Amino acid sequence: MDLIIQIVVIVVHIAVVLGVVLTHVAYLTYAERKILSDMQDRLGPMEVGPHGLLQPLADGLKLFFKEDIIPAGANKIIFSAAPILVLVPALIGFAVVPFGRDSFFIGSIEFTPYITDINIGLLYVLAFSSIGAYGILLGGWASNSKYALLGGLRSAAQVISYELPLGLALVGPVLLSGSLSMKTMTEAQGGGFWHWYVITQPVAFVIYMICAIAETNRLPFDMPEAESELVAGFFTEYSGMRFSFFFLAEYANMILVSCVAVVAFLGGWQAPLAALDFIPPIFWFLAKVYFLLFFYIWLRATVPRLRFDQLMAFGWKIMLPLALVNVLLTSIVKYFLN
Amino acid sequence: MTAQLLFFYFGGMAVAGAVVAVFTPNLVYSALSLLMTFIHIAGIYILLNAEFIAAVQIIVYAGAILVTYVFVLMLFNPEQEKRYFHKQYKIGAFLGAVVLFLMVFAGFKTEILSKGGPFTVEYVEEIGHTRAIGNALFTDFIFPFEIASFILLVAMFGAIILAGRGIKKPKGPGGRVDLSSRRKAKEAIVGER
Repeated sequence: MDLIIQIVVIVVHIAVVLGVVLTHVAYLTYAERKILSDMQDRLGPMEVGPHGLLQPLADGLKLFFKEDIIPAGANKIIFSAAPILVLVPALIGFAVVPFGRDSFFIGSIEFTPYITDINIGLLYVLAFSSIGAYGILLGGWASNSKYALLGGLRSAAQVISYELPLGLALVGPVLLSGSLSMKTMTEAQGGGFWHWYVITQPVAFVIYMICAIAETNRLPFDMPEAESELVAGFFTEYSGMRFSFFFLAEYANMILVSCVAVVAFLGGWQAPLAALDFIPPIFWFLAKVYFLLFFYIWLRATVPRLRFDQLMAFGWKIMLPLALVNVLLTSIVKYFLN
Repeated sequence: MTAQLLFFYFGGMAVAGAVVAVFTPNLVYSALSLLMTFIHIAGIYILLNAEFIAAVQIIVYAGAILVTYVFVLMLFNPEQEKRYFHKQYKIGAFLGAVVLFLMVFAGFKTEILSKGGPFTVEYVEEIGHTRAIGNALFTDFIFPFEIASFILLVAMFGAIILAGRGIKKPKGPGGRVDLSSRRKAKEAIVGER
């Protein structure tokens, strides 16, 4: 009986987190369109529901009922597997994100504000985000189309290049908190915003944010799907549900990297001032994530796309050395302060 | 009981992935089944309470090395490889048999199995696997660790020198790579036609 209750509790945790994340993904597309159109002085989606609020629902239904086309020359197995290989790693990372502080109880059953707290949480997220590159690469290859292949190759090169500085930027917070667990890392930043690692690790934060944009293939680093030269990059040949999987994965990845940034640099669910502790921690977490997501969309509306060789040179010649120097300096300072 | 079942699952899938990787003629399938093997080996590490190694296994092997392989496969789109026996297959088979025998032999040697080091399950669970491995690497094993990193550094230099050979530095602003010297270098490697 205990075992059954345990399993039910775990399933409820996963269902709640997945439900919340997928709802956010759907409305992130809406938010992106609305914010972009606001910045470009137009209205954006207005027809479906008040102010177009039901637009994501309509889009989802449309994609669901669209004809599913597999190109004649495609490798059918890998073509079908690639969207799943992209989406699963994007969603699986949310298992270790601590969304709030307090667990609540129904009877004697504990519901924690995270699915699990493993002591290598950060490495877990990095490990699965690196698997996501396979889906993009294989999707591009299996489509048997030159645009898709070029998009997949570009994406793989970009993801491999920017993974290194991304991981090295996260070493700073890990060194300071002395833990890879995202829960412990959040707790180490308590007691006011001057304890957040964005204050002590500003360089690492900037490196992380830039690399995170490159990792999620967003503008200005969206070379893999640069529409003016590659049609739609690695998902040129995809349609219907399979296309929507790639789409979902991109937005889920955006939310995931924002969550990691919030935990590692912005104090997770900690309030900026001790006096503001009466507001529930989950509110602070969401507010910080929304701010970073807005920042992403803002950037998309502002910055033009880079050229591919500039992007690679920037990753290897500027970001990587900078991240290494940051790790070195942080270790030295930490050693002498102890 | 659950741990044993999980071990057989992870072990079986790892072996199955490796077998498919060797025998399938399609190189992309081969790489994918190798990915399956890597992930299941990470699962075995987790069963051994070695979660740091498990994460590093996925990040390094699956996330970096194999992605590079797949990348190269797609860049060159090689022909489907035909099965054939290499000339040196006899030596290869002999060496493989010796290594296999040694591994089985070592596995049955009970004194290796019964010998407990300082890193018991309780110890690792208490201070955490990452901390345990860090302490061991940076105290008792610092010399082999540094040697290994030095060898990797040398390999890195070698790769850069090999790849950059024959490419002249572009002169002046907006200078372009001199293609004729690259062609010469290629001819030097491939030989005159």
